[in-house]
Amino acid sequence: MAKIQVQTTINGETADFLCDAQQTLLSALRDQLGLTGTKEGCSTGDCGSCSITLDGQLVPSCLVLAAEAQGREIGTVEGVADGTGLHPIQQKFLEHAALQCGICTPGLIVATRALLLKNPNPTEAEARYYLAGNLCRCTGYDKIIRAVLDAAASMRGESA
Amino acid sequence: MSNKMSGEQGERKFKVVGTRPIRHDGLDKVTGRANYGADLALPGMIHGVILRSPHAHARIKKIDLSKALAMPGVKAAVTGADFPEIGSGGMPAGESHIDPKDLQANILARGKVLYHGHAVAAIAAATIEQAREACKMIAVDYEVLEPVMSLERALAKDAPILHEGRKAVGVPPLPEGDTNIMMRLANAKGDVDAGFKSADVVVEGWYEASMAHQGYIEPHATVVTTRENGQADVWCSTQGQFAVKSMLSVTLQIDPNLIRVTPSEIGGGFGGKTTIYLEPIALLLSRKSGRPVKLVMTREEVFRATGPTSGTRIWAKLGAKKDGTFVAADTRMEFEAGGFAGSPMGAATMTVFASYNFPSFRLEGLDIVLNKPKVAAYRAPGAPNAAYAIESAIDELAQKLGMDPIELRLKNAVKEGDTASYGPKFDRIGFIECLNAAKNHPHYKAPLGKNQGRGVGAGFWFNVGLQSSATVSINDDGSAVVRTGNPDIGGSRASMAITAAEELGIPVERVRPLVGDTDSVGYCDLTGGSRVTYATGMAVIEASKLVIEHLRARAATIWGCEVDAVEWRDGQAVGTNGASNNKPLSLADIAKQMGHTGGPIIASASVNPPAAGPGFGVHICDIEVDPETGRSTVVRYTVVQDAGKAVHPSYVEGQLQGGAAQGIGWALWEEYLFDKNGKMENPGFLDYRMPVASDLPMLDTVVIEVPNPLHPYGVRGVGETPIVPPLATVGNALSRAIGVRMHRLPMTPPRVLDAIETKKG
Repeated sequence: MAKIQVQTTINGETADFLCDAQQTLLSALRDQLGLTGTKEGCSTGDCGSCSITLDGQLVPSCLVLAAEAQGREIGTVEGVADGTGLHPIQQKFLEHAALQCGICTPGLIVATRALLLKNPNPTEAEARYYLAGNLCRCTGYDKIIRAVLDAAASMRGESA
Repeated sequence: MSNKMSGEQGERKFKVVGTRPIRHDGLDKVTGRANYGADLALPGMIHGVILRSPHAHARIKKIDLSKALAMPGVKAAVTGADFPEIGSGGMPAGESHIDPKDLQANILARGKVLYHGHAVAAIAAATIEQAREACKMIAVDYEVLEPVMSLERALAKDAPILHEGRKAVGVPPLPEGDTNIMMRLANAKGDVDAGFKSADVVVEGWYEASMAHQGYIEPHATVVTTRENGQADVWCSTQGQFAVKSMLSVTLQIDPNLIRVTPSEIGGGFGGKTTIYLEPIALLLSRKSGRPVKLVMTREEVFRATGPTSGTRIWAKLGAKKDGTFVAADTRMEFEAGGFAGSPMGAATMTVFASYNFPSFRLEGLDIVLNKPKVAAYRAPGAPNAAYAIESAIDELAQKLGMDPIELRLKNAVKEGDTASYGPKFDRIGFIECLNAAKNHPHYKAPLGKNQGRGVGAGFWFNVGLQSSATVSINDDGSAVVRTGNPDIGGSRASMAITAAEELGIPVERVRPLVGDTDSVGYCDLTGGSRVTYATGMAVIEASKLVIEHLRARAATIWGCEVDAVEWRDGQAVGTNGASNNKPLSLADIAKQMGHTGGPIIASASVNPPAAGPGFGVHICDIEVDPETGRSTVVRYTVVQDAGKAVHPSYVEGQLQGGAAQGIGWALWEEYLFDKNGKMENPGFLDYRMPVASDLPMLDTVVIEVPNPLHPYGVRGVGETPIVPPLATVGNALSRAIGVRMHRLPMTPPRVLDAIETKKG
């Protein structure tokens, strides 16, 4: 079957790629475009490791067809830092030791960015429910939630 | 989060140990740069797919690959027949032993399939889709047999036998003839029957736990390249690159010198990545095709064919005097091994009575095969199941005696000088300190709300030492590189760098920790047994000390004095006895002149500690139960654990929190569900329900520091102990909340509702 040409924007830059009709966006990002920061943990939308934003909306890229990205804006973990320094969310994840093995971290950082754009001042419960789609098996979430709330404070200019 | 310290080693003034630097590999992990198992792509690489058994128990009569091999894009195919014939026998694998013949037959079935999802054949093709299509064309002729899906059935007289002709081993009396019991262990002390006769209170009951998975988020993945001269380069997600090398060498009968294994970053393991599944298959496919071959499991494959840990049935009986003194204990532990022998029953028999002084006890453990996936190590293997039974029984005993459950434990807890139930005499341990810290914690005194219950539970794990090596080298700017061979599963690069920085007297940011492949670093046993910060850390200390000897000698050369007149103090060479008029030389000063004073400065050291300091923990859990639905919510949780000396306290707390969370999941939600044909019904994260962020409260930690006499800093392993107490801790909380003793994990809402209804009558 002929490949489908897709024109899209990834982390602010235009990107073209060819994909198969049944290919997921996760596979296109990882296998076609070399953006392996987005991880595959389940391929059924249950673990959040492949979280990206599509036109600003948080989605599991394993449940999006690559062809659906036509004309859309994609945000991945590779675009979270601005090229010269870390995003406050990344910095707070490091400071709070909010990662152990790190495989869930890219998805959590993308999801946290989406959370804080929507809700710059989440309560602990709001953060926990928003991130409930991002599984972490190592940390028990304690340090992740602390990092998220601290990053929110820092982004509001209330850095401790 | 607080730290308490005691003892002589605790009086050493540390500069770097005990601080919380940002981990060295952190930047790559928050930006997506870090490369995990599935992230490698090589030119010319092709993709493998594994055909798995649709039956839980069947004889393979014939496998026909001809149609599959004719499919488009197909480059190679393998079956179990491609493996060389090898004999049985043990090979060491970290904390456990592996039978290489079983290992081989688990990787690709030979003769029989023993669980649904057991690998039968594999195809490599240009694309993964082509490999998948070709797999569908493999014709396998099965003779389907009755699947053995429960311990009851496995032990029945007329049970189908998984391994015909294989005899049970261990402590007699052993079953005669064909059996599904692969091993029986037993141990006893004193007169148990007299002990129970002298008891004022006796409790007994069965405690069951379901098969559960380690649940690492990264599926198994590998890329293997082979060369014309027989060399193989293996990239994989593993807890031990050297273990992969030796297992590959044994299962494929390849000269180990031909194999190089590079560990990727590892996306969780918890023991589940101490064995191999994909690597030999990828290697054979690469040899047959002449191409690099990538194999990545799906989540469904991870659930069906890797891990899990044993489901267990444990009967426990305890007797005590009115004042709470334990007089006797008895247990029978039945462990599901899955399709092949090798459950963690042995460790369970050693840990079950290890935390307390029992004047008399008796125990029996059985390793039982049945048609479920072959179990793999899971964090303190066997100990959580054993502790679930014994710590639940102790809670029931406390209720019957009208005693505080921590006081009851304090009355019987082991301390320095006591003989452990499994043999050795305890050195300095921190169990009493943990119990006291829990008793005095604000959590333990806080009032409970309606429908809430509070549980406590304790846990013990040996920890291991084993073989490690490290190389420390000095750069010409005075910074250092520390190279070891343990995949960094939870922050161990940071603890290796902290250790080198502490010894050398330089800032931790000046040390780069590196995890090497099997050709570039000295041998290290795998990342497991809570051993890396302890044992590999000791190798780093030794190597750093050798580097310091070099630095002193170089300073002596520069000053033209005897080396004995040079001391290493706070990162500088300081002159004494006749050399004291020299201005101290920093590491950077000496490094700058390396080329003129004798060349590069580098040293390696190795250690092989036969033992490690055991770890004890005490957990407190408050649970609230909705009496209408049976849903339970953990509302407050505290972990107290003796870390000996916390090298990087944040990552110690992280281990405590992570272990507690896994244990909470195991206690409340996680279980393998099989249909009557032996097919797992919930092989995905939606239905195999691990804790998510909204399921848990903050997990408070108290790090106790009772120094381990076996380690220069007093370090104890911390990774495994925290999963030992939670099953019973959560069970005790829930049992107290509803007023009914729970005997079955996970305590799902239907089971809790059942218990509430039964109580109502």
